[in-house]
Amino acid sequence: MSLDMPKFSDLDALYDEKNAKVATEMYEDPELFNEEMEKIFKNTWVWVAHESEFPDKGSFKLSQVGLEPVIVVRDRKGKIHCMVNRCRHRAATVCEVKKGKTSSFQCPYHGWGYGLDGSLRALPYPEQYGDDFDKSQHGLVKLRTEAYNGMVFATFKEDIEPLEDFLGEGVRKYIDLFMKQGGGFPVKVLGEHQFSVPMNWKVQLENTTDAYHFPIVHKSFMQTLDGATEEMFDFLDKGVGYVEDLGNGHSVMTMIPELVDLDENLDAPIPERFADLAQELRDEGYPEDQVKKIVRAVSGAGFNLNLFPNVSFSLAFFRVLTPINVEQTDIRHIAIGMDGGPEAANQARIRLHEHFQGPMGFGSPDDAEVWERIQRGTKGGPDLKILVNRGMVDEEPGEFGPRGHISAETGMRAAYKMWKRMMAQ
Amino acid sequence: MTEMSKIDTKSMLADVTAFIWAESAMLDLKEYDDWLDLWTDDGLYIMPIGDTVDFKNSVNLCYDNAKMRRDRVGRFHAGFSISSAPPAQTVRTLSRFRIEAAEGDLITVSCAEHLVEDKFGRQRIWAGNVEYILKVTEGGFKLQQKVIRLLNSDGMLNSFSYLF
Repeated sequence: MSLDMPKFSDLDALYDEKNAKVATEMYEDPELFNEEMEKIFKNTWVWVAHESEFPDKGSFKLSQVGLEPVIVVRDRKGKIHCMVNRCRHRAATVCEVKKGKTSSFQCPYHGWGYGLDGSLRALPYPEQYGDDFDKSQHGLVKLRTEAYNGMVFATFKEDIEPLEDFLGEGVRKYIDLFMKQGGGFPVKVLGEHQFSVPMNWKVQLENTTDAYHFPIVHKSFMQTLDGATEEMFDFLDKGVGYVEDLGNGHSVMTMIPELVDLDENLDAPIPERFADLAQELRDEGYPEDQVKKIVRAVSGAGFNLNLFPNVSFSLAFFRVLTPINVEQTDIRHIAIGMDGGPEAANQARIRLHEHFQGPMGFGSPDDAEVWERIQRGTKGGPDLKILVNRGMVDEEPGEFGPRGHISAETGMRAAYKMWKRMMAQ
Repeated sequence: MTEMSKIDTKSMLADVTAFIWAESAMLDLKEYDDWLDLWTDDGLYIMPIGDTVDFKNSVNLCYDNAKMRRDRVGRFHAGFSISSAPPAQTVRTLSRFRIEAAEGDLITVSCAEHLVEDKFGRQRIWAGNVEYILKVTEGGFKLQQKVIRLLNSDGMLNSFSYLF
């Protein structure tokens, strides 16, 4: 390599698209990580919040875009803003409360005060800056912010295509289907599990549309299910469903085809495991058609939707990844429920979430273990490649892009194709 | 509490401390079947997130009734859960015991817990406030409720292959 050549000019060596092989450096090289933060996370739409997390005027939550801390907030007119959490004077964060309600953000160091839209409103003793100090040039750094069906995304790239175009028709279709699990009510965030894993962020990016691992890693979870639910999760043996590339790095994996559209099959009998819940809803006075709709929505949608680069919609929750460094990634599993819906239904959803997700779940700890094992394993055989070629043999054109077997690595190939496109910029 | 003499409190404190230390040893030694026997049938083992007291309507780290406790222990034992085969080893200390209430056959005790876990040659330290509700029975104390509030329960955690 000559000295004037950038280190990562040979992207084909990092991801060999034809053979679907990934170089080990992809999980391990700190310089490559820094370049990814710049070329990917500063140049695309990054998920920052769900609208229900800051529902009122003045409500806010802290989030992150790549490595940068941001505040997502609703102003007095209800407009959503996202801005870098850093005072323009001497860089202190202007907010350290994770979620809340306020009328302004004030820097704790010298008292510079910012409005909900990030504009600099006032500062103590401004005369020392001279008459030509322009407050309008010293607001919090703002990101372009757009939302689709409650999901809020922000970007540092001012001239990027609109969010709806970035998502594309395929993703929008599946987001709309996913949100039907409100069961007739708006979807609301109910809480979240957070855990950090010593792994590269792309290990997580690969996982959401990886059905191949499910019966192995989650065998102990499957063993705690009732027969009908176990049957439902047995999608690999049954060979039903598929993985499809939705473009721009996004992909979908449908595991339980009968639950892809929750508005269909509403006349189907209520499964035995939800009989008590259905009766409780009837006793509360919900009419039968609404009972069926709510109960059908309780366990979530029958697919996982993975968006490049940091959020996925997984059966009944949102999974968000935040890169920390090349070998560390923070994960959030956000539980969702029915805003204004019956308490019993939301309790059922929360208990299902706790069963699988988070640090004490019956699923997540085993996922975290294998992800860490990947990071440990890549210390051996640095010249070996990571294979994401499974299912290339019988991939066919789908509705929006290449479609493979339920256990195909089509989703990973979609993500790495986008990775390469962005890194080539 | 107000009606109890100091001597009563002292002896009660000694009794509950002995019980809780015995329970702690079972958890460090992973004697989970014995631990399951310590519970009342309708007891709840809860690790909440943040400062909520409405556990039923909140997302918790765990909210285990008898079935979930049995399933959790079964998962640890069966050998199919990669995170618990082998699990992290733990050493814990419980101290700062205080009797918060004693009404009828129920005693509420609070204490501090420090736990060190070891796996992959890496140690992690956890601290939490624990509140027990113990039920007095003819056969001794039973666990009616145990709430472990990790100091950073609403922060970034790691996954756990053991019980607190």
